[in-house]
Amino acid sequence: MRAVPAADFRARVEALRPYLVKFASLQLRQREAAEDAVQETLLAALGAEASFAGRADLRTWLTGILKHKIVDAIRRSSRERPLETEDGTDGLDALFNERGHWVEHPEPWANPDGALHEKQFLAALQACLSRLPERTGRVFLLREHMGMETGEICKELDLSATHCWVLLYRARMALRECLEKTWFSDR
Amino acid sequence: MNLSCKEATRLMSQSQDRELSLGERAALKLHLAMCRGCRAVSEQLAFLRRALRGLGD
Repeated sequence: MRAVPAADFRARVEALRPYLVKFASLQLRQREAAEDAVQETLLAALGAEASFAGRADLRTWLTGILKHKIVDAIRRSSRERPLETEDGTDGLDALFNERGHWVEHPEPWANPDGALHEKQFLAALQACLSRLPERTGRVFLLREHMGMETGEICKELDLSATHCWVLLYRARMALRECLEKTWFSDR
Repeated sequence: MNLSCKEATRLMSQSQDRELSLGERAALKLHLAMCRGCRAVSEQLAFLRRALRGLGD
């Protein structure tokens, strides 16, 4: 296989910066932290061109490096500034009566997969994600956006498996509720 | 075992994170067969997973 010229490789890596910043922003919330993680990723990538050679897809490779940088950033920040536990009332209780049955029976959404191609829907989804409590949102995005296993997430964030499951449950139910209110109810 | 809707939604969520036991799966299946609201939510949780996996592409 022919080696990719360095200047070309640099340009191809640099062209993916906006995508990577978007990916990291979702996970890290603070723009600066996201840009730092991307910067570290690009530096690491440029120093490791040889290990990319022959791999299928530059974006996938860079995203893989970025995921490690994001987990590092999360680990650092949770050491510096532990998040308060977000227990207590979380909106879940309002959905069910004292016997655990729906107060208001949920209805199916109309053509949700069609919405995935609408820019406005993606904006609504991001808005709902940003409303999740910080730790809940973080765990949820590590699981669903970065595709990490629950066991890994618990280990990185020093949570019990049970606590992870509770946070993921709350995140899913809160997102469902938020999307229903802000997107699907008037469609 | 008769699940409440609250317990059923908790199991639906956990089924995305761990393998449910045989008993849990049977109870959930039974509940979903009887409960239209929970069936809707079950589909919506599956949709959320698809939506998040594709986010940012």
